[in-house]
Amino acid sequence: MVATAETKTQIDELTGTYKHGWSSDIESDFAPKGLNEEVIRFISAKKDEPQWMLDWRLKAYAMWQKMEEPDWAMISHPPIDYQDIYFYAAPKQKDGPKSLDEVDPELLRTYEKLGIPLAEQEVLAGVEGAPRIAVDAVFDSVSVATTFRKELEKAGVIFLSISEALRTYPELVRKYLGSVVPQRDNYFATLNCAVFSDGTFVYIPKGVRCPMELSTYFRINAENTGQFERTLIIADEGSYVSYLEGCTAPMRDENQLHAAVVELVALDDAEIKYSTVQNWYPGDKNGKGGIYNFVTKRGACRGKRSKISWTQVETGSAITWKYPSCILEGDHSVGEFYSVAVTNNHQQADTGTKMIHIGNHTRSKIISKGISAGQSNNTYRGLVRVMGGAEDVRNFTQCDSLLLGDRCGAHTVPYIEVKNPTAQIEHEATTSKISDDQMFYCMARGLDAEEAVAMVVNGFAKDVMKELPMEFAVEAQKLLGISLEGSVG
Amino acid sequence: MTHLLNIENLHVAIQGEEILKGLNLKIKAGEVHAIMGPNGAGKSTLASTLAGRESFEVLEGTVRYQDEDLLALDAHERAAKGIFLGFQYPTEIPGVSNLNFLRTALNAQRRQRGEAEMDGGTFMKLAREKAQNLGISIEMLKRFVNVGFSGGEKKRNEMMQMAVLNPTLAILDETDSGLDIDALKVVSDGINALRSADKAILLITHYQRLLDYVTPDHVHVLADGKIVRSGGPELAHELEEKGYQAVA
Repeated sequence: MVATAETKTQIDELTGTYKHGWSSDIESDFAPKGLNEEVIRFISAKKDEPQWMLDWRLKAYAMWQKMEEPDWAMISHPPIDYQDIYFYAAPKQKDGPKSLDEVDPELLRTYEKLGIPLAEQEVLAGVEGAPRIAVDAVFDSVSVATTFRKELEKAGVIFLSISEALRTYPELVRKYLGSVVPQRDNYFATLNCAVFSDGTFVYIPKGVRCPMELSTYFRINAENTGQFERTLIIADEGSYVSYLEGCTAPMRDENQLHAAVVELVALDDAEIKYSTVQNWYPGDKNGKGGIYNFVTKRGACRGKRSKISWTQVETGSAITWKYPSCILEGDHSVGEFYSVAVTNNHQQADTGTKMIHIGNHTRSKIISKGISAGQSNNTYRGLVRVMGGAEDVRNFTQCDSLLLGDRCGAHTVPYIEVKNPTAQIEHEATTSKISDDQMFYCMARGLDAEEAVAMVVNGFAKDVMKELPMEFAVEAQKLLGISLEGSVG
Repeated sequence: MTHLLNIENLHVAIQGEEILKGLNLKIKAGEVHAIMGPNGAGKSTLASTLAGRESFEVLEGTVRYQDEDLLALDAHERAAKGIFLGFQYPTEIPGVSNLNFLRTALNAQRRQRGEAEMDGGTFMKLAREKAQNLGISIEMLKRFVNVGFSGGEKKRNEMMQMAVLNPTLAILDETDSGLDIDALKVVSDGINALRSADKAILLITHYQRLLDYVTPDHVHVLADGKIVRSGGPELAHELEEKGYQAVA
C-alpha cells in the first residue's frame, strides 16, 4: 500500500519524459500500407488460417466498408486515414521459438526496459521459485514467448496465441469467436474482425481453477502499425480464471490506432476476472501524438451463477474509447465493473460499461473513479438495462470524479433502462476537487506536492485498486502518481 | 545560545487582508511557549505560516529556524527539518489508512534528510509503541485518515503523528479544543513526552485549561496580529481571571 515513496523515485527518474518512450529496432515484416481485400488475404495467409477464417474476415471487411465511425462519444480527433496505416507487422523469425532461449534477446531487453514487474521478469528468466504468472508476450502482433505452457496443459488449460489456437483447436475458436461481440457490432470491432493480427485464446475446462494468473503484455512497436488484438476467453462450467493485461507503448509523433476486441464467455458457475492496466503512450504535454484506443470488451455470463468481473486502470492513450460490458444471461449471474481512469494534459477518455440484465436474479455492480487533470476530458458513460423478462434484478452504480485544476472536465453520462418493475437500481455520483486543506495537510507532514496528489488520488481510487491482483496493484498505484505528474504546482 | 526559532516583524495577509501585523517571537531549544489570545487575533495564521501554507502571503519580516531562512522552504521541506503542525481541524483523506499515511510521511521526511527509509516491520513496531502510549487502538490506525473520527480521536491522531515523526519544533494549534478531560490528559501526556532539551513546543490555545497539564516556560498574549504581552506561567492564570481585554 505504500507506493507513494516509489512513485517519487519513479517521478525523479522520469524528469518530464515518458518512461517508455523509445523504440527497439526489431525488423518488422510489413503487409503493404492501407486496407483492401489483398491485405486481409495476406494476413490470413501469413497465419496459415483455415478458409472459413478468411471468409469471416472478408465478410467483416465488406460490412465495415459500409459502416461509419461512431460520433457519440465525448472525444474529438482528426480523421483517421485508414489507407495510411500498416495493418500487419510481426517481428522477423525463421521458425517459432521453442523456448525462451530462442526468443529475440532484443525482445527480452524490451521487457526489461519496460520495467515489467520483477516477479514477471523472473518468470521470463526462468528463475526458480518465481511467482507463477504465465506471460504470453504479444510483441507487435505475433505471440513470440509463451511460458508455463506445460503446467497449464497438465491442468487442461489452453493458453495460446489466437493464431495458434486457430490451427490447434479450430472448432473451439469457431464456436465462440464473434459470439459475444458480433461481427457487425461497431465500426472498430468490425474492423478488428477483418484485420486482427493476433491475440490470446484461453479455455478453462470444466471444474478447473486455473493454477496461476494469466498475463499478457501488449505492446505496439512498429512505426505506423495499427494494433488489432483479439482475445477470447472461455470458462467452462465451474471453472475460474484470473487474467491480467497490461500495456505500454513507445513514444512517437504520429497517432496510432488501436482497436482490440476482447470476448469472454462464462458458463454455469464459472468466474472470469479480467484486469487491465492500460498505459499506452498518452501524447506529449501539448497533445501531440499518443494512442487512439478504440476497444470493444464484452463478457457473456451465459451460465447460471456465472460471474464476470472487469477491473481497469486506464492511465494512458491520447483517446480511450472503451466500455467493458457484461451480458447477464444466466439466472443469478453477476457482472462487475471497477474502473479508474486518469486523464492529464490533453488526454480524452470516454469509458464506462454496459450491464445487460437478461436472466432472473442477476446482479451488477459498477464502481467508476475518474480523475481529470491538465486540460483533459474524462467521461463516464454507462448503461444499465433490465429486460422485461428479468425478475429481481439489482444494480449498484457509483461514479466519482476528482478534478485537479480548473481547466479539465469530468462528465457522467448514465443510461438506465428498466423494463421490469421488480428491479432495484441505485446510482450514486460525486464530483470533488483535491482541496487545498488536503494538500497542505500532506505537505505539512513531509510529502511534496506530487506525492501529496498521488496519496489523495490513490485514496480516492482505493475501492477499485483493491480489486486488482497483488502483482498489478503496486505497479498501478505508481502509475496513478506518474500519470498525474506535472498536474500540480 | 542561539534561538531555535526567531520571528521578527512578521506581517502576513490572507486573501489581501493583513492578519499578522509585526509579530516578534523568539524560542530556544528546550522551551515550551504558549500563545493565547481571543478569536481572530491571528493565532492559527501564525501556526500555518510557520508550517508553510502557500496561500498565506508573507508581506514583511523574517523567520529564522535553526539559523536558516524558514520562509524560503516549502512546507514538506520544513517538515523534514523537524517542524510539526498539530492541526486545529485535521483534514480527512478518504481511502488512505492512518498507517499508510504515517509511514509514507515518515519515509518522505527521511528521504529528504538523506536517511534510509524505515522498513515495514520497524515502522509497525514504532507505531504500536506510540499508539499504546496514547491509548490508540490498532483498529484506529487502520482506519482512513481522520474519516469519521470524533473530535477527540482527531486530536489524539495528531499526537500519534507527532510522536512517530518526532519533530524538533512542535506547533500545536488549539490541540486542546473540544477535548473531554480524559482526552486532554492523553494529549498533554503526548506533549510532555516530547519535551526535551533539544526540542521546543509552541502551544496555541484559547483556554488556560491545557496549561494545567503542560506548564509553559513562557506565555504570550496575541491580539490584533501582534504579541502584546509576555510573561511566565502566571500570565495564563491572570488571563483566565481577568479576560483578554483587561490583560491586553
